[in-house]
Amino acid sequence: MVEKMDLQEVEVWDGNFAAAQALRQAQVDVVAAYPITPSTPIVEGYAKFLADGYVEGEFVMVESEHAAMSGCIGAAASGGRVATATSSQGFALMAEVLYQASGMRLPIVLTVVNRALASPLNVRGDHSDMYLGRDSGWIQMDAFNAQEAYDLTLMAFKIGENHSVRLPVMVHQDGFITSHTAQNINPMTDDDAYAFVGKFEPVSEMLDFSQPVTYGAQTEEDWHYEHKAKQHKAILDSRPFVDKVFEEFKKKTGREYKRVETYMMEDAEVAVIALGTTVETARLVAKIMREEEGIKAGVVAPRVFRPFPFDNVRDTFKNVKAIGCMDRSSPGGALGALFNEVSAAIYTGDNKPIITNYIYGLGGRDLTVESLKEIYRELALNAKSGKQNGKIQQFIGLRGPKLEYFE
Amino acid sequence: MSSTIKKIKNLKELSTANDRFEGAHLLCPGCAHSIIVRELMNCTDDNLVISSNTGCLEVSTAVYPYTSWDTSWIHIGFENAATSITGAEAMHKARKRKGTLKDPDAPVKFVAFGGDGSTYDIGFQFLSGAVERGHDFTYICLDNEVYANTGGQRSSATPIGSSTTTSPAGRISYGEKKMKKDLVAIMAAHGAPYVAQMSPNKWKDMLKKMQTALATEGPVYLNAISACTTEWKFDPKDTIAVSDLATDSLVFPLYEIINGTELNITYRPKNVVPVKDYLGVQGRFKHLFRPEFAHILEEWQKNVDAQWEYLQRREEARV
Repeated sequence: MVEKMDLQEVEVWDGNFAAAQALRQAQVDVVAAYPITPSTPIVEGYAKFLADGYVEGEFVMVESEHAAMSGCIGAAASGGRVATATSSQGFALMAEVLYQASGMRLPIVLTVVNRALASPLNVRGDHSDMYLGRDSGWIQMDAFNAQEAYDLTLMAFKIGENHSVRLPVMVHQDGFITSHTAQNINPMTDDDAYAFVGKFEPVSEMLDFSQPVTYGAQTEEDWHYEHKAKQHKAILDSRPFVDKVFEEFKKKTGREYKRVETYMMEDAEVAVIALGTTVETARLVAKIMREEEGIKAGVVAPRVFRPFPFDNVRDTFKNVKAIGCMDRSSPGGALGALFNEVSAAIYTGDNKPIITNYIYGLGGRDLTVESLKEIYRELALNAKSGKQNGKIQQFIGLRGPKLEYFE
Repeated sequence: MSSTIKKIKNLKELSTANDRFEGAHLLCPGCAHSIIVRELMNCTDDNLVISSNTGCLEVSTAVYPYTSWDTSWIHIGFENAATSITGAEAMHKARKRKGTLKDPDAPVKFVAFGGDGSTYDIGFQFLSGAVERGHDFTYICLDNEVYANTGGQRSSATPIGSSTTTSPAGRISYGEKKMKKDLVAIMAAHGAPYVAQMSPNKWKDMLKKMQTALATEGPVYLNAISACTTEWKFDPKDTIAVSDLATDSLVFPLYEIINGTELNITYRPKNVVPVKDYLGVQGRFKHLFRPEFAHILEEWQKNVDAQWEYLQRREEARV
C-alpha cells in the first residue's frame, strides 16, 4: 500500500505541482509521458511520488508526445486510470492520437499547460494549443489559477470515468502564469480525495480474457458517420454529469464550479468573455470600472470549453449591450474562435449586443490592467452609442500601428 | 505470467490448434501474413493481447462490425503498435501490483504486428523507444518490402531493383536504387535479448523462434518475411514456393541474435540457389533481366554473398 502524504490545510503550490498532486491523489495507474516546457514538472512530480512510494503505478517515459498519448491509449484500453501532461508543440504532435483516444471512448486525463505554437518558437502561454484540441472530442475544462488546476484535475477523473460519459478530459491552465506561480492551495486530504475520485471501474478492458475486445476497428462510409455522431452525442450528454460532479465537489470542499462562470453579471451592461488567467485580471478590472468609472462591467468565462456551453453563454448575455470576446490565439485569417462561438450562441437569442473580438497576449505578451480598462471603456461607448465604434477585430498590446479588421 | 511452452509435433497439429485468428478475413488469397499470424496465435495457449499498426493485416481483420481476433486486440495508428502494446503491458504490471486484475494469475503475452512500412519507416521511432525501455513484449514485422496496403509504394525495406509505384522501373530506370535497410541488425544493436529473422516456409524454425520470443522476458523483435502475391507479382498458389526460393537463395537468411551478440544461423540450405532464380519468379524484378540491367543482377548476388559471409563470421566470432 502506498504512503499517504500529510498535507497542510493551506499548501503553497504552483499550478504544475497542484496538478501533479491531483494525479497522486487519484492514484493514477499508468502515466506515459514526454517532457515539454512548461508542463514538465507535472510528470516529474509523478515520477518523484513514485520514487518516494506515494504512488504505485507505472511511469513510462516514452520518446515523444505522440508516443505518450499512444501509450496512454494502450494503457487505458487495458482497464486502469491513465493520465499525462503536455503543452504546445507536444500537444500538436499528439493531435493524431487525441482523436483516437476520444474515438475509442477512453477516459484519459490530459493536463495541458497552455503555450503558444511555433513558428516563431515560443515557450510562453497562449491558447493556440487549447484551440487546436477543440474538435478532438475531448471534454476541455479550463483553470484560471492553481487551485482550480488542482480541483479540476481531480474532478476530470470522476467526470471522464463515469460509465455514462466514458470520454477523455483535458484540464487546461496557462503556461507560467498559472503553472509556475506559487499560490495558496487548499488541498483535500488523501483520504477525502481517494473517496471523492473513487475506484476505477473498467469497461471493455483488454485484460479481461474471458471477454476479448477489439479496439480501433475500421469503418468506412457505411458506419463511420454513425460512430462520430454517437461520439458527439456522448460529449453533449456529458453536460449533466459535469454539473453533478461540480455539485458533489462543492459539497465536499465548498468550492463552486459552473460550466460558465460569471462575475458581476446580474446588472452588467458590458462584459468581457475570456479564458485562463485573463479571467482573474478581468474580474479585478470590472470591479475597478464599476467603482471608478461607473461602468456596469461584468466577466463571463467558459469553465468548460468543450462541450461548448452554447445556451448558457446566450442566456448569460441576455441583458448585455456590448461584449468583448478575448481570443488568446492567432486567428489565422478569421475571427477568433471564441468570438465565433459566442456570436453564434448570441445570434439565437432575442438580445443582439455589439460584439468585438480582441486578439491579445500571443506568446505570453502580458495583458495589462490598463488594456482591459480601455476595452471596457470602448465597450461602454459601443453600448451607449448602440454601434461598433472601432473595427470588429482588434489586436491589443501590439507594437506598431493598430491592427484591426472587419466592419 | 508463468506459462509453459506448448509442444507441437507436426504441421497438422499446429494448423488445427486453438484457433484465435478467424479464417474469415479480407487478406488476399496467398498472402503470407495470415500464415504467420495464425502460427503465432496457435503456438501458445497463453492469453494474448495484440496490437497492430495500420496496414494490410489491420484493414483486413477488423472492419466493423466484424473482427477476426478472438483475443484482445488494439489498433491506433500507422506508427504506434509498439507503444500501444507497451502501454497495455505497463497497465498489466500496475494492476497486478495493485491487485485489480480480474484474473491476476492468467498467463498473458503482449504482441505487436506491423508491416515493413510501419516498422522500418513511420513507426521506427516508436519501436526503438519501446525496445529501449525494456518492456516485456514481442514485435513481429510482417515484411513484404513494400507499402502493399496503399497500392505498392517503396519503403526502406524495398530492395534494390524492385519496381514499385514510387520507384518504378522504366525505359531508363531499374526501379528502387537503395539496398534494403538492415533492421534486424539495428534491433539487435538495441540490446534486445532476442532478435530473429524467420519465414513461413520454414514453419518449424518460425515456431521455435516465436516460442522463444514469447518465453523471453523483455523486448523481442522478429522479422518475418511475408511474400506478397499482389506486389511481388506471383501466382497466389506459389507463396510457399517463392518463400522457399527466398530462403534457399539466402536473400532471406534465417538466423537469430541473442543479447545483441550471439548470432546463430538457424537454416543452412543444402543446395543454395542463385539469386536470379528467386528474382525471376516475381514480376517486380522482371525488368532486371533486360541486358542493360545485368549489372544489377550481379550486384544483387554479390550483396547476398557478402551478407551470408558476414553472418557466418558473426556466428563464429560470438560478438
